[in-house]
Amino acid sequence: MAIEVRIPTILRTYTNGEKAVEGKGNTLAALFADLETRHAGIEARIVDNGQLRRFVNVYLNDEDVRFVKGIDTELTDGDTVTILPAVAGGSAAAKPRPAGVAVGRRAGMR
Amino acid sequence: MLTITQALVDQIVAHARKDHPDEACGVVAGPAGSDRPERFVPMLNAAMSPTFYEFDSGDLLKLYREMDDRDEEPVVIYHSHTATEAHPSRTDISYANEPGAHYVLVSTADTDGLGDFQFRSFRIVDGEVTEEEVTVVEAY
Repeated sequence: MAIEVRIPTILRTYTNGEKAVEGKGNTLAALFADLETRHAGIEARIVDNGQLRRFVNVYLNDEDVRFVKGIDTELTDGDTVTILPAVAGGSAAAKPRPAGVAVGRRAGMR
Repeated sequence: MLTITQALVDQIVAHARKDHPDEACGVVAGPAGSDRPERFVPMLNAAMSPTFYEFDSGDLLKLYREMDDRDEEPVVIYHSHTATEAHPSRTDISYANEPGAHYVLVSTADTDGLGDFQFRSFRIVDGEVTEEEVTVVEAY
């Protein structure tokens, strides 16, 4: 059973630079285990403790698999799975800048 | 070094100000390999938070498909900090997954009395943060 898997730039070190690879499996968990046999190290970047990593998005065709069955989502021949790391962050752990201390460059300056 | 047009800088800053006190986020896409930011794509902050941002997962898929179809890449990934300086936080560093992108941070916190915002750019590669020069031009 062939599933096309779209690989994000950050994980292409595991696929020899390929943007898409083929894999097989009846579920996402099986698919990622299958990928691991040819692209050692990739599974741990997607799966942690048997679950999808919080900041890695996996889509089955057009749907975020979190809204299906997560890592147990079933796959069918001809499906496309897309992996995209979340684009996320935020100031949560940033240090406040002390008043009166100017840092950095302002917009419009060279 | 990031070279970017004044018009794009203004659009990013306007987005950051509009969404204040929540963090604003988005990308500026450009032709793959060009390192030239061209297409301004403001994104929804699905976290709708003053201290966190995350692209909505459905929008993210749409964005990457669109960039793929147009042979583009995210040249700039921007977001705002609304109460702290425009420097990557530990959170920003741990989730930075585009080593080729310029991570632009805008601060909408006015803590130095000198103005309303800062606009700075960084590379974030394997957890290493390097600030870079920003050159603002009228046109490329």
